[in-house]
Amino acid sequence: MTNSASQSSMTHPLTHLVNLSQPLSLTEYIREGGYQGAKKALQELTPAEVLAIISDSSLKGRGGAGFPTGMKWSCVPMFEADDVNAPEHKYLVCNADEMEPGTFKDRMLMEGVPHQLVESMIISAYTIGADKAYIFLRGEYHLSAKRLQQAIDEAYSENWLGKNIQGTNYHLELYVHTSAGRYICGEETALINALEGKRATPRAKPPFPQVSGLFGKPTVVNNVETLCNIPHIIKNGAQWFKQLSPESDAGTKIYAVCGRVKTPGLWELPMGVTIRELLYQHAGGMADGLKLKGLLPGGASTDFLLPEHLDTPMDFDSISKAGSRLGTGGLIVLDDQNCPVAMVLNLIRFFAQESCGWCTPCRDGTPWAVEILTRIENGQGKQNDLDELANLCDFMWLGKTHCALAPGAVEPLKSALRYFQDDFQQHIDKGCCPYTGSHSQSGLASNVAQACGGHAHG
Amino acid sequence: MQIIKTVTLDYRQYLTEKEILEIEHEVSIMETRESAGIEALKIVQHHRGWISDESLNAIAQLLAISSAQLEGVATFYNLIYRQPVGRYVIHICDSISCHLLGYQQVLQAIKTHLGIDYGQTTADGLFTLLSNVCLGGCDKAPVMMIGQQHYEHLTSEKAVAILNGLIQSKDGNLPGDILDKTDVGATIVEVKND
Repeated sequence: MTNSASQSSMTHPLTHLVNLSQPLSLTEYIREGGYQGAKKALQELTPAEVLAIISDSSLKGRGGAGFPTGMKWSCVPMFEADDVNAPEHKYLVCNADEMEPGTFKDRMLMEGVPHQLVESMIISAYTIGADKAYIFLRGEYHLSAKRLQQAIDEAYSENWLGKNIQGTNYHLELYVHTSAGRYICGEETALINALEGKRATPRAKPPFPQVSGLFGKPTVVNNVETLCNIPHIIKNGAQWFKQLSPESDAGTKIYAVCGRVKTPGLWELPMGVTIRELLYQHAGGMADGLKLKGLLPGGASTDFLLPEHLDTPMDFDSISKAGSRLGTGGLIVLDDQNCPVAMVLNLIRFFAQESCGWCTPCRDGTPWAVEILTRIENGQGKQNDLDELANLCDFMWLGKTHCALAPGAVEPLKSALRYFQDDFQQHIDKGCCPYTGSHSQSGLASNVAQACGGHAHG
Repeated sequence: MQIIKTVTLDYRQYLTEKEILEIEHEVSIMETRESAGIEALKIVQHHRGWISDESLNAIAQLLAISSAQLEGVATFYNLIYRQPVGRYVIHICDSISCHLLGYQQVLQAIKTHLGIDYGQTTADGLFTLLSNVCLGGCDKAPVMMIGQQHYEHLTSEKAVAILNGLIQSKDGNLPGDILDKTDVGATIVEVKND
């Protein structure tokens, strides 16, 4: 990556030190101002003072749910050093199980500047009084694993981890745990089960992990990008963090754009940049000959938005008001020559495959939706299939399932039924997919497309 | 009448000293022996390519949990192979960005070139083909992972060339050995800023 001169730790705190070909060593990272946040926190601030700064900064979780980080941390019970009721351990777990389709920001942070995450975890663990921390890393991110382990080894050798960190009386052990697949591990209680060596089925809440998490002890689970903000907030202050964004949500956000656009990629921008600016200014607009048909603003489990929503700021509140969720900030763009039904089928097939199978609405509902969508895409859909899909969206909605996976599947499905109703209807009426078959999931598609005349409808 | 035979197994006669040491290290950083189960499966798989019944039973004994419990774990996670696999396991991403960029043609080219479908292994034992959820290379779609290596911006021709390159470079090493020699940093996400 090439960092232009206009980027600094003050404007692009998360990415200005990213170097994907060779990340900074500990010495280099310190020379660039690294570990100053950790030093300040451990040597000058009490855990309560750090927590106050983070709460004041309005930092919200960047993993998808957007929960205020300070509030999450404030639920962890704190004890005096000599308190007999204090638990033997408390844990901080970094959720590095980045598997939301269309999301690849955490990979860049871990491969490009691993010491930033290590420093973040030292400060965060100190704040909640954790003495052990784990990075729960998805198994496919081999390079992240290698570079994080290198950074951790360096941090141990220079006393940024281990006993009496930098002469203080604070101790922290930090480990990388590599996972073995399954999207559901990204759900924080499923992640805790996976870390305990179990099947990754989510747990019932309450109790919340802050009270009873890993091995039944107080545990905080935070996303990589969320954590990486912490050292900069401690170093530069809550007010600085808030003024980074013109909107009510503070800080910067690492936005991603993928799909058939000119220059897909990742950008660290002020929270609240409009979809239009992100898509047309940064991602270069649609690829030649294609028009924008719709988009998912924050990964696979968010509702579709339309071209009419282009001027919506990409922050939690504004995207919610537009009818979707900011999620991970990974924009997935649907062009006018890709079939929306095939796109939704791909998404729902993902959720059906990744369902842990614990609760019936999700285990049976998601494959049922796949069956119906496959039928429609292959031109064998019936009129009442659309009602059936709408019913399934209701059966799998929040409150009826054990966790948020099935409701996450409902979001793109339900919104597609609404926004792309004509496309669904055409599949049923014409008995085939009206788009060119080349990008359809079905082996039948190219024949069907010929039968349909092979022309695309925008 | 059917007689069910029980087999007494001693994990020390089955697992190598190196495997046991690596597993015990994972145990040492967790609070319970059980919690090292997934790492233990990955360690043995790294050395042997897959998890046989014998491996599963030995690991379960080493961790003092039932084989049934470990089997439940092993079959839950898609990166644990409970059947023999080829030297190179191809994980082709079938999630949304790769779908929009047309991974299906790449997949078809691989299937045709190797003469195998999902879940199958070539007769020479070189390749197994599996799908994978989003590999985090959405701006470089379509992508696939073989061993620890991620391959990006795939076309049918490029994918076939990669496979042919692997066929020509086969030198009798175990999967783990080959992977350890590879610099996994060869292909990475590119970040753009303005």
